[in-house]
Amino acid sequence: MRRNGPLALVFHTFFVIVMVAPILVVCLVAFTPEGFLSLPTNGFSLRWFRAIANYPEFIHAFWVSLGLGALSSFVALLFAVPAALAIARYRFRGRDALAALFLSPLMIPHVVLGIAFLRFFTSAGLGGSFAALIIAHVIIVFPFALRLTLAAATGMDRTIEIAAVSLGAGGWTLFRRVTLPLILPGVISGWALAFIQSFDDLTMTVFLAAPGTETLPVRMFLYIQDNIDPLVTSVSACVIAVTMTALILLDRFYGLDRVLAGKSGDAGR
Amino acid sequence: MSAVAEERDARAPWALAAPALMLFVGVLLIPLAMTVMLSFHDWGQYKGIEPVFILKNWHEIATDPYYAEMFWRTFRIAILTTLLTALLGAPEAYILNRMDGRWKSFFLLVILGPLLISVVARTLGWALLFGGNNGLVNKLLMSAGVIRSPIPFMFTETGMVIALAHVMMPFMVLSVWAALQRLDPQIENAAMSLGAGPITTIRRIIMPQIMPGVLSGAIIVFSLSASAFATPAIIGGRRLKVAATLAYDEFLNTLNWPLGAAVATLLLVALVLIVVGSNALIERRYAEVFR
Repeated sequence: MRRNGPLALVFHTFFVIVMVAPILVVCLVAFTPEGFLSLPTNGFSLRWFRAIANYPEFIHAFWVSLGLGALSSFVALLFAVPAALAIARYRFRGRDALAALFLSPLMIPHVVLGIAFLRFFTSAGLGGSFAALIIAHVIIVFPFALRLTLAAATGMDRTIEIAAVSLGAGGWTLFRRVTLPLILPGVISGWALAFIQSFDDLTMTVFLAAPGTETLPVRMFLYIQDNIDPLVTSVSACVIAVTMTALILLDRFYGLDRVLAGKSGDAGR
Repeated sequence: MSAVAEERDARAPWALAAPALMLFVGVLLIPLAMTVMLSFHDWGQYKGIEPVFILKNWHEIATDPYYAEMFWRTFRIAILTTLLTALLGAPEAYILNRMDGRWKSFFLLVILGPLLISVVARTLGWALLFGGNNGLVNKLLMSAGVIRSPIPFMFTETGMVIALAHVMMPFMVLSVWAALQRLDPQIENAAMSLGAGPITTIRRIIMPQIMPGVLSGAIIVFSLSASAFATPAIIGGRRLKVAATLAYDEFLNTLNWPLGAAVATLLLVALVLIVVGSNALIERRYAEVFR
């Protein structure tokens, strides 16, 4: 393998700085002691983190996002695990079409999904409700839950199952005691990735959320539309911290490179 | 293959997939169909939505130059974003691939990690960096002597393209990265030993082989940029509209749902045609690479 020349390293440094700069600047400005947007030049202060406490709508939105992400990812897995087992283990007519349908939320622009769900849930009398948000998020996180479960189910050693069957296990026992523990790392990673997608979604949720069911990204977006001040940077810093926690979880259980590399593979298809 | 699978009958996979299938038909296909229907309905300021079948909204989009301009701006921004990510992302993926193991995985994480960080937070970062005429980017560029007077980044297409390119960059790097993994490093050495210089090697040996990766990355970046909402809405403000922000306005401010549904349907159809079309082209052109 040949080494990178000096020109390549200069380009690389520039590239990395540009990639990190926006995220870094948000986290730095969050610690400003000033009352306006500025980099903290004279000391760090937690003033704007404490200020979040005076805005109950942000706190409320945070809990909505957390609950929505956790619950919708869980529900998505309830549907995705059996579907993944069907796709991973059987060769049947319509299998490819089924897989394409289940991955289609990756292809459909979220703005279109937002409009479709708004129309649908308003006609169903569920407009602006938390239930509507859950169902909509189950659909958009489903591909992520499915993909990682599918990878785990495909790579699984089937002889263990056959051994269990020969020892008399069947049906539910086989699934609960043998299959599920074996695919569990994939399922948990699927949950974490699905959670991140749900927790971060703005485009679709902005159509569905009503006062009371606003998620954190929606609340932040509406706030930024009016004015940008250090408060929204400290909220963003908290959001980044939550995502980082989920990322570390994902890395521990599954390996981040596998999650990310797999992601591009499907989106391009 | 496996005894467990073959013992069951052919209906087993359908039984397993049935709950998810019903969910998708009930809560995805039906709402999408309803949206297409909605685009043919009538709407008035006082009467609201009237469930009739007319072509009024489609006629308005086809004839009013405002929509042509807005769609052209949307696709222009998406094309420029795609070019920018390809021009910077492809060389970066190549450089990354030549790094030592530990640095490689560290920088891969730094570059791909932002993919999972809130788009609102990342765009806010750009809004802070651009921040009016005395934003950090302008100060840096002016003190470096690159520009003399500040460039307006906020509320302009330039700013939108830069911020969008940042948001989409991981997809391009990943896609080129995947193509590089299929490349045999010995080919590069062979070219060198046969007397090719570094530039010739990159142009004649590396480029043709990673082109499929660049192109499939370009398709992802293009389709995500053309339908992006958060970044254009925050950087572009209320005046500079793209398809997604216009549809949002029609739905939540003007309340002309049928017109918003027509804009969304057109965006969806245009993107599906472009993505499917260019995928087919790439696969035909580079059939041997995908085999």
